[in-house]
Amino acid sequence: MRLTLRIWRQSTKDDGRLVDYRLDDVSEDMSFLEVLDVLNEELILAGDEPVAFDHDCREGICGMCGMMINGVAHGPERATTACQLHMRHFADGATITVEPWRAKPFPVVRDLVVDRSALDRIIEAGGYISAPTGSAPDAHAVAVPKPDADTAFESAACIGCGACVAACPNGSGMLFTAAKITHLGVLPQGQPERDSRVLDMVRAHDDLGFGGCTNTGECTAVCPKGVPLDSIGRLNRDLLRASLRPRR
Amino acid sequence: MHSAKGFYTVGEPIIDEKSPAGPIETRWDRRRFGAKLVNPANKRKLTVIVVGTGLAGGSAAATLGELGYNVKSFCYQDSPRRAHSIAAQGGINAAKNYRNDGDSVYRLFYDTVKGGDFRARESNVYRLAQISVEIIDQCVAQGVPFAREYGGLLDTRSFGGAQVSRTFYARGQTGQQLLLGAYQALARQIAAGRVEMHPRTEMLDLIVVDGRARGIVVRDLVTGGVSTHFADAVVLATGGYGNAFYLSTNAKGCNTTAIWRAHRRGALMANPCYTQIHPTCIPVSGEHQSKLTLMSESLRNDGRVWVPKQGGDSRAANDIPEGERDYYLERTYPSFGNLVPRDIASRAAKHVCDEGRGVGPGGLGVYLDFADAIRRLGRAAVEAKYGNLFEMYQRITGEAPYEVPMRIYPAVHYTMGGLWVDYDLRSTVPGLFVIGEANFSDHGANRLGASALMQGLADGYFVLPNTIGDYLADGPFETVDSAHPEVTAAVSEVVDRITALLLVNGDRTVDSFHRELGHIMWEHCGMERTEEGLRKALKLIPALREEFWRRVKVPGGGEGLNQSLEKAGRVADFFELAELMCVDALHRKESCGGHFRAESQSPDGEALRDDAEFSYVAAWEYAQPPVLHREQLTFEHVEPTQRSYK
Repeated sequence: MRLTLRIWRQSTKDDGRLVDYRLDDVSEDMSFLEVLDVLNEELILAGDEPVAFDHDCREGICGMCGMMINGVAHGPERATTACQLHMRHFADGATITVEPWRAKPFPVVRDLVVDRSALDRIIEAGGYISAPTGSAPDAHAVAVPKPDADTAFESAACIGCGACVAACPNGSGMLFTAAKITHLGVLPQGQPERDSRVLDMVRAHDDLGFGGCTNTGECTAVCPKGVPLDSIGRLNRDLLRASLRPRR
Repeated sequence: MHSAKGFYTVGEPIIDEKSPAGPIETRWDRRRFGAKLVNPANKRKLTVIVVGTGLAGGSAAATLGELGYNVKSFCYQDSPRRAHSIAAQGGINAAKNYRNDGDSVYRLFYDTVKGGDFRARESNVYRLAQISVEIIDQCVAQGVPFAREYGGLLDTRSFGGAQVSRTFYARGQTGQQLLLGAYQALARQIAAGRVEMHPRTEMLDLIVVDGRARGIVVRDLVTGGVSTHFADAVVLATGGYGNAFYLSTNAKGCNTTAIWRAHRRGALMANPCYTQIHPTCIPVSGEHQSKLTLMSESLRNDGRVWVPKQGGDSRAANDIPEGERDYYLERTYPSFGNLVPRDIASRAAKHVCDEGRGVGPGGLGVYLDFADAIRRLGRAAVEAKYGNLFEMYQRITGEAPYEVPMRIYPAVHYTMGGLWVDYDLRSTVPGLFVIGEANFSDHGANRLGASALMQGLADGYFVLPNTIGDYLADGPFETVDSAHPEVTAAVSEVVDRITALLLVNGDRTVDSFHRELGHIMWEHCGMERTEEGLRKALKLIPALREEFWRRVKVPGGGEGLNQSLEKAGRVADFFELAELMCVDALHRKESCGGHFRAESQSPDGEALRDDAEFSYVAAWEYAQPPVLHREQLTFEHVEPTQRSYK
C-alpha cells in the first residue's frame, strides 16, 4: 500500500502544524502504530525527529495509545484502539490525518502525546472502595446477582484512554466518570460510599476543566470498550439522589 | 568439569536464612511472628520507594501507604493504571475449593512445585498457596467484578497443569480488573497523601550508601531531568525481561533496566535463563511485527489443537477430513490432553512445525479449533466465554474463529528468573526488596497459568508489607546527603551514559539492534537450547553490543521527551542481560521446565532433569566473568519425579 500520513507535529507550546509524510511500502497486516514505527525508522535515518506517540501494550487494553485518525478517536473501526487498528481497513493511496487528543484538560506534551493525568485525579477523588488490605470477609459472604456483576464488568472494562473526552464536542469526561460510578455503584461492596463517590468525582471532574455532558453520544460511539451511554444516566440519578440527601 | 568453564567462575553457596524450618503449614505464621514490628508512630518517619505499579508494585504501594509508611511510587507510563499486568487475560488461581472438586492449599502447592519442574522453593510456594485464598477475598471487597454464576457466587474455570477448577476470572480481562483494583487502592492512598506518585519517571540506577539501598536515580521522561529520591528501603516491582527477545507478549516499554542496574550494584540475578514460551499466541505476520499477542490459555479448555497428519498439506483447515488431522496433544498426553502445562504445549508445537506439519505463512503455526465446542455448547455459549478473545483474534488476523480454526504459535511471555530474594523477598543488597515477576521466587523453571497474578498480588498485598517491617524496624536510617560520593557517582554515571548514547550519532536505529538481538536470543536461547547454539550466541551478542555503541543513532537531545533515548538505554541493558541468560542456559546442562537443552531429553523427547547435579538456584553475581552462587533446593514434601502429564 502507498499512504500519505498528515501528522500533527508540535515540540513547544505554540509551534503545532500538520506535516505530510509519504510511505510507499505499507503492508495491510500492519497495525496503525507499526506504520508509525516504520515512518519513525525512516525519519531517524534521515536525521529528522521521529513522531512522538504514546503506546505500550499494543493489544488494546492498557489505554496508553490514542490519537485522532481522520478526525475520529482511535480511527474508523468500532470498538478498536489505535494499536489494534490494521491497515486493511484503509484504501491504497489514502491520505490519513493524525492528530493528538484535543481537550482543555489534556495539554499536548509533544506531537501526538498528551497529558491525561486529569483522569487519575478523578479516580483519586473517590473512584474506589475503601477496603484496606487484610480487612476482607470471605469472597462468598455476599452473593452478587449475575446481572449486576455483568453490568459492573461492562463499565469496569474502561481502559482510561480518554477517547470519550477527545470525541466530545464539550470535552466532557462524563463517560469515563460514569463508568467508574456504575462499576462500583451496582456492587453491594460499593454502597457505603455511593453518595460521597458521585459527589466528589463529579466535583473533581468539573474543577479539572472537563465540560458538561449534553448527551451527544460521540463518547460511547468511539469507546474502544463500548462503555454504554446509559452509565451516564445512572451517574445523573446517583448525583441527584446524593445531592438531595443529607451528606453521610 | 563444566564445559561452560571460562564463561563464569564459582563463588560461595548462598543460603536463604529467612525461611523457617519445621512444619510447612505454619512456616509463614512463625516467620510473621518472628519478624520485628514497627510501631505506628515510627512508620510515619520511614520512607519506602516502590518502583513499578503493576499488580505487585501497585498493591504494595497502596498497602504500605495504608500501614502508615511514606511511600514514593514510580512508573514509566503516563498513569499507574497502565502497567502490563493489565494485559493478563486468563485468570488467577486460588485454593478456595468452592467447587468441592478436591482442591486444597496443599494441592495448589503440589501442582505449583511440580509445574515448576522442581526448581522452586517449597516454603515460598506453600505460602503462595496459603495466601491465594485471601487474595480473592481482598479483590472482591475492592469491587473486582469477577465472573459469577446465576446464584450470585463466583465462577471458576480450569487451566493448564491442573485437574481442578480453581481459576477465578473476569472474562478475558482478569489482569485488567485486578490491576484496576490495586490502582484504585493506590489512588485512595495518593489522595490521602500517603503515596507520592511519579508517573512518566524511569529508574535508571540504584543508590547504595554504606551497604544499604537508600534511593534511586530517575529521569523525568517529559522534561528529561535527572534527579535522585531517597528512602529507608527500595522495592523493585518492575516486571520481567521477556523483551530481551524483542518480540514477546510484553508491552513495548517493559524492560530490564531497573533490575539490571540493581544487579550491577550487587543484587544477585537468579535463573535468568528460565523463560516461559507461551503456546497460544497469534503467529508472526511479517518483519514489521512490533509485538506478539497472546490468546488466553483458557482457550485450551474448549479448543482442540491439531495439525495435518501429512507435512506440506496446503488444503484449508476445514477441507481436511477428521481422519487426516493429528490432535497431537490429545494423542501424546491422554490424561491432560490440550491442558498440558505451557512448556510442554509449546515444545510440542515446535516439534510438529519442525516436522514440516505447521500451518499458515512460513509453516509456523498450529490450529486451535473450536468447531467441536461450538457443536457441543452452541455458538452463544462459546461467545459468552471467549467472545472478546475471538474478536481480538479477528481484528488482528482478519479471520473469524467461529468459522475457521485459530492459528497459534508459541511466543515469549514471562520470565521466571529475576533478582534473587530470600523468603522475606529481600535481595542480597540490604534494604532492596524485589516483588512480582521481577524476582525469581515462586515458579521454578516453569510457571503455571493463572499463577502470575496470584504471585504479584501475594507479594504486594500480603508478603512484603509483613516482611519489610523486620528490616525497617532498625530504621530510620541516617539521612542521605545528596553530596555523598556514592550519590554523586551514581548520578554522574547516569548522565554520562545518556550523553554517550546521544554522542554516538551512528547510522543504525535502536530498533534495528533490538530486533537483531531478539533474533539471536530466539534462535539460540529460545524454546530449545544447545551447547553449540549458546556458544554461538555468546560470540554474537558481545559483537552486536560493541556495534551498538559504535553505530547506534539516537536523535534529539537529553532534554524533553525523547522516546528513542528511552529505548536506547533499555536495549543497552538488554544486551548485558542477554549474555548472562546465555551463560546461565549454557551452564545448566540439564533440561527443566521452560529450559530445554536438546542434549538432555528422555527417550520420548521430554525434558530430562539432572537432580544430582542441578537441584539448585543459580544466583549470579555481577563480575567479568559472572560468579555463580548456588542455593541448594531441598524437597521434603513433594518428591521430585519425572513430570508426567500422559
